[in-house]
Amino acid sequence: MQQTTVRLETSMWDYSEKVKDHFFSPRNAKAVENANATGDVGSLSCGDALRLTLKINEQTDVIEDAGFQTFGCGSAIASSSALTEIIIGKTVTQAGAVTNQQIADYLDGLPPEKMHCSVMGMEALQAAIADYKGEKRAEDHEEGELICRCYAIDSELIKRVVLQNNLTTLGDVIRYTKAGGACGACHEKIEWALEDILKAEGKTLGSAVPAHLPLTAERTKPSSIIASSQANDTGGKTNTTKHSILTTVQRIQKIEEVLDSIRPGIQADGGDIQLNDVEDDMVFVEMTGACSGCGLAGTTLAMVEEQITAALGEEVTVYPVAASSAKVGGMA
Amino acid sequence: MNKMTCYLDNNATTQVDPKVIETMLPYLTDYYGNPSSIHSFGQPVGKALAHAREQVKNFIGAEHGSEVIFTSCATEATATAILSAVESFPDKKQIITSVVEHPATIELCKMLERKGYTIHWIGVDAQGRLDVEAYKQALSRDVAVVSLMWANNETGTLFPIQKLAMQAKQLGVLFHCDAVQAAGKIPVNVDFIDVDMLSISGHKFHAPKGVGVLYLRRGTKFRPMIRGGHQERGRRAGTENVTGIIALGKACELAAQSIFEDTARIELMRSRLEQGLRARIPNSFVTGDSKNRVPNTTNIAFEFVEGEAILLMLNQAGIAASSGSACTSGALEPSHVMKAMGIPYTAAHGAIRFSLSRFTTEDMIDHVLVTLPPIIEKLRALSPYWNSDERSANNFIPMFG
Repeated sequence: MQQTTVRLETSMWDYSEKVKDHFFSPRNAKAVENANATGDVGSLSCGDALRLTLKINEQTDVIEDAGFQTFGCGSAIASSSALTEIIIGKTVTQAGAVTNQQIADYLDGLPPEKMHCSVMGMEALQAAIADYKGEKRAEDHEEGELICRCYAIDSELIKRVVLQNNLTTLGDVIRYTKAGGACGACHEKIEWALEDILKAEGKTLGSAVPAHLPLTAERTKPSSIIASSQANDTGGKTNTTKHSILTTVQRIQKIEEVLDSIRPGIQADGGDIQLNDVEDDMVFVEMTGACSGCGLAGTTLAMVEEQITAALGEEVTVYPVAASSAKVGGMA
Repeated sequence: MNKMTCYLDNNATTQVDPKVIETMLPYLTDYYGNPSSIHSFGQPVGKALAHAREQVKNFIGAEHGSEVIFTSCATEATATAILSAVESFPDKKQIITSVVEHPATIELCKMLERKGYTIHWIGVDAQGRLDVEAYKQALSRDVAVVSLMWANNETGTLFPIQKLAMQAKQLGVLFHCDAVQAAGKIPVNVDFIDVDMLSISGHKFHAPKGVGVLYLRRGTKFRPMIRGGHQERGRRAGTENVTGIIALGKACELAAQSIFEDTARIELMRSRLEQGLRARIPNSFVTGDSKNRVPNTTNIAFEFVEGEAILLMLNQAGIAASSGSACTSGALEPSHVMKAMGIPYTAAHGAIRFSLSRFTTEDMIDHVLVTLPPIIEKLRALSPYWNSDERSANNFIPMFG
């Protein structure tokens, strides 16, 4: 499995040479003339915005030219520049499979707090493709206090997810929203937000439930190791995870059943979800339509992950992938 | 101009004055004794500390050396002041502060708010001036402490500290002043203002980092935050940062000697920078109170560009400045000060602070005047807002995000 690239140093000046190069000498910084696809994402209040314009050959579906106009920080400009370089020459379908991680990898990584810049690039691309196809996308801009800077997740989103899913711990919030999943600086803020939300509901912060943090190390740990470590673990752990006694075919069947049960809801929102691959404790799904690139896809995935975990009786992590890039990790 | 020679971020920190370094060095080499020891290794160090205390006392106009408590930084001084007041008056559950304070104050007050305290967050107007009426209304005998800054770190805007402190004194309410950005830039004299407590930080006026002062007026009820040994008369335990304190003393002496001469020169350079940039760069304006400001600070907003991108390009040209406060760099939101002043989002993200010092030269100002206009032009050329017909956010309608 390919390692995801997130630069661990947090200094704003610690950009890779590639990021600096694309910032100081941006490629394709322009509005493409006679563009037949435009993707606008971001806003002034967020502090970054990107307009992507594409010239797509309508016979071949090949992106012949791409230009960006970005209002934002150094990594936003570099991510936009990188995005145009990645997609020029690709077909719309190929471009649609580009993930934000590919943008970050192209730049030799981004600091964790700046990963949202690559997400913005991916979102603009999805918006432009939707524009080309004549699809309409719903604006989903939140207005609450920004809690997680890395993934640009605000208090309103956290509140909604907490209430919808009856979350009670920091670990739950990280798992469901990915807020706090990167640099970790916002964990105290998340706990405060959670405390306030629960207080309003007359509940208290949970502590007994062990936090299942979406850490890379944990994700990549083969299930056999997890199983053996759990078999030996007779101590106070309240982890309810059982190792699967199902065969691979049975596991896939169960996963398909879960996906079938949730698919109508996803289709109602204009999207779809398909099982792509299963490997150890990793389940790869392909999200299409309105779901791909949607700001709330992470929430949907968390819900899918919950249900599959429950159905199999074992902890799995669900990764979003595109058909052509199976086994390439999703957002770290 | 050579790479990184144009340092205009003096509100973040300052160059240590060579005379300060010269003064502190022997206390890293020959005089390494513990000032609390009675033997001949410790005693000269103890004397040097006492001398530094006198220098600080004279600099801030304190009456007694014992009113000077050395701390690790101004954040510690401010935390000590507020927590001491809260502990000293357990029946008073209210605190007054402003929305534009330094994080040292804001984050501590937020923590106390969560513990049940009522915090009166006093707002500011578009120039960053305190809402004095709201302050007066919030003031009552139920307030444990007022904590307000003298000069704002981002805009330099001054609060009328003497008036505010006097009003608190009339009601017997403790008053703490965060004078970190005022010390060395305007005369700070506790003899003339009714503050009970005041924080300053050495590295903001040419001493090294890691040393601050809490001024505590004699007779003020006090509870130490750090308990342990008898250092600082038991009000701040822990072995003293001897070299830092000696350096701070020297820096106070130097600042006292040259403050009027320095600030007159600095203010002239600041005006030239400010006027030059505004004349050369369209859609730019100065934030803060243009009349009541510390003389070294200017915060200029450039519409439709983002601060970090500007800073990266300035850095490339050897110019160090700041966007928002140094403590919040790396953040997505515009600074809380810009937001509190209601600076529109079109400009708040592109506000750049230049802060000058005793070591700023005319050449540095010239270098910025030549370098910055093309940087803003280049970044605006990339911006979807600037390149729209209206140059506004109205015709940029994102599909999502």
